[in-house]
Amino acid sequence: MIHLDGLTKRYRKADRNAVDGISFDVRAGEFFALLGPNGAGKTTMISILTTTLSPTSGSATIDGHDIVREASAVRRIVGIIFQRPSLDMNLTAEENVRFHAILYGLYPYAPSYGLMPAAYREQVQSLAALLGIASELQKPMRTFSGGMRRKLEIVRSLMHRPKVLFLDEPTAGLDVPSRRTLWEYLTTIRRESGTTVFLTTHYLEEAEEADTICIIDKGKVVSFGTPERIKSDLVQEYVLIDAEDRGRLRDELARLELRSDGGGPFRVHVDSRHTHAALKAIDTPLTLVRTHMPSLEDAYLEIVGKVSE
Amino acid sequence: MSEVAAVLTLAHRDLIKLLRDRARIVSDFAFPLIFIGILGTSLQSGFGESSNINLLHFVFTGVLAQTIWQSTALGVISLLMDREQDFSQEIFVSPISRYSIIFGKILGESLVAFPQFIAILAFGLILGVPFTLEKIVALIPAALIIAVYGGAFGVLVLSRLDNQRQANQIFPFVMLPQFFLAGIFNPIQHLPWFLDILSKIAPMRYAVDLMRDVYYAGGPNVPIFDLPTNLAIIGVEFAVFMVVGTAGFVRAERNR
Repeated sequence: MIHLDGLTKRYRKADRNAVDGISFDVRAGEFFALLGPNGAGKTTMISILTTTLSPTSGSATIDGHDIVREASAVRRIVGIIFQRPSLDMNLTAEENVRFHAILYGLYPYAPSYGLMPAAYREQVQSLAALLGIASELQKPMRTFSGGMRRKLEIVRSLMHRPKVLFLDEPTAGLDVPSRRTLWEYLTTIRRESGTTVFLTTHYLEEAEEADTICIIDKGKVVSFGTPERIKSDLVQEYVLIDAEDRGRLRDELARLELRSDGGGPFRVHVDSRHTHAALKAIDTPLTLVRTHMPSLEDAYLEIVGKVSE
Repeated sequence: MSEVAAVLTLAHRDLIKLLRDRARIVSDFAFPLIFIGILGTSLQSGFGESSNINLLHFVFTGVLAQTIWQSTALGVISLLMDREQDFSQEIFVSPISRYSIIFGKILGESLVAFPQFIAILAFGLILGVPFTLEKIVALIPAALIIAVYGGAFGVLVLSRLDNQRQANQIFPFVMLPQFFLAGIFNPIQHLPWFLDILSKIAPMRYAVDLMRDVYYAGGPNVPIFDLPTNLAIIGVEFAVFMVVGTAGFVRAERNR
């Protein structure tokens, strides 16, 4: 569905590439998470893919349409939720949705809600009912809470039934309950419409739900794959042990068939459930026992930290 | 067809924004009324006797043109501010052409300028600026031309700027001098050569002169150029501003 080939962007007057030769593919219907710290190039990538920014070199296609040469076709099939809310506070909720629908050529222009086609009114009402805001549809946007605004943006972005929905840090600035309902809502949408979701976030727990995670830092891909694969790539669980008599310990580890490396202290690769049994089996008096069990979050920070050094 | 709908939608939104923003309505109407009511009236009562023409009428026609022209010009430039926030992000990723965005914005800002035109006209009547019905009818197309011309100037400025901060910074250089170079309150017939050149460059001047062509038709010889000359200059500048401005804007949008 999305195909990137050596995509590169260098802003004018910048001394390094904001996006630096990135290539990957996203399958149709996939939930794809682009993960990275602030300034990693996530928003730049979304801007390029949604055609509001030209790449410096490289290319990308969405559903077979080139993002530079066929920008208009691409815009028609993507929806986007911006990092900063993009609702017009002077308008009512319904006007925000209506103007979007007309800009996307879904319905002809009409000066008021009552004059819009019945199909439009039905579509809006059913979406609003789904969100439980049907009664507030005619109220000004500024009376809506942050969570409600985000949901309305999602409703709006789905009006033209996009094949790919881009979400640029959609939960930034939301409290925990709003974040959760937003997430549940997105999952429902995805299940029902088969929309490809392209999410950027710097929260790891949000990315863990994804089919594929791509971690970028300083414009480069650091890690790519399923959450399980990223985990096994990034997270190394081991127990660090040492003894006065290192030779004896090494022999014993070999005899017990415990995978280890290092010439002392030794890194013994056991997962947390088997640590106790492994330690009990060792007779050599130990002078050091230290477990290393990073969370995915720690591992992510380690990777990102390593790259920025 | 959908491009026409998009243009109408953008214009509609601008009008709604004006109607729901009370502070803006007050400030939009306050300035012209202060200029005409205080400056125009005091100039007339102070120097009116020694002048050949009524200075209140002179300031009135100047401010009428200036308000409309500046309202659409600044309105279009505000696309810059919007670009980074609220609904405009949405506009820029929608599948409508960049040209429709520009046209929709100019149309919308012209609609926004129209209530100001009516208000200033009404204020002029209250102050005793003489009008015939024919004159009022003739002023409407003049006001429309001035609004669209101002919008085109806005597009040109817009295409040269990166952000709203720059827009605020250039105001004292691009807008304020034109107040005086365009001869809204002051005579510009006998300027030193360097000011005369600047005055002839200032686009606002032709908007003001066009308004006076229409207002003073058949009366005192206040306008500098006649109607066809002003229309021709405005027509050429409009075309140049639109082509250069829109092309620059579309390019600058994507090559940041």
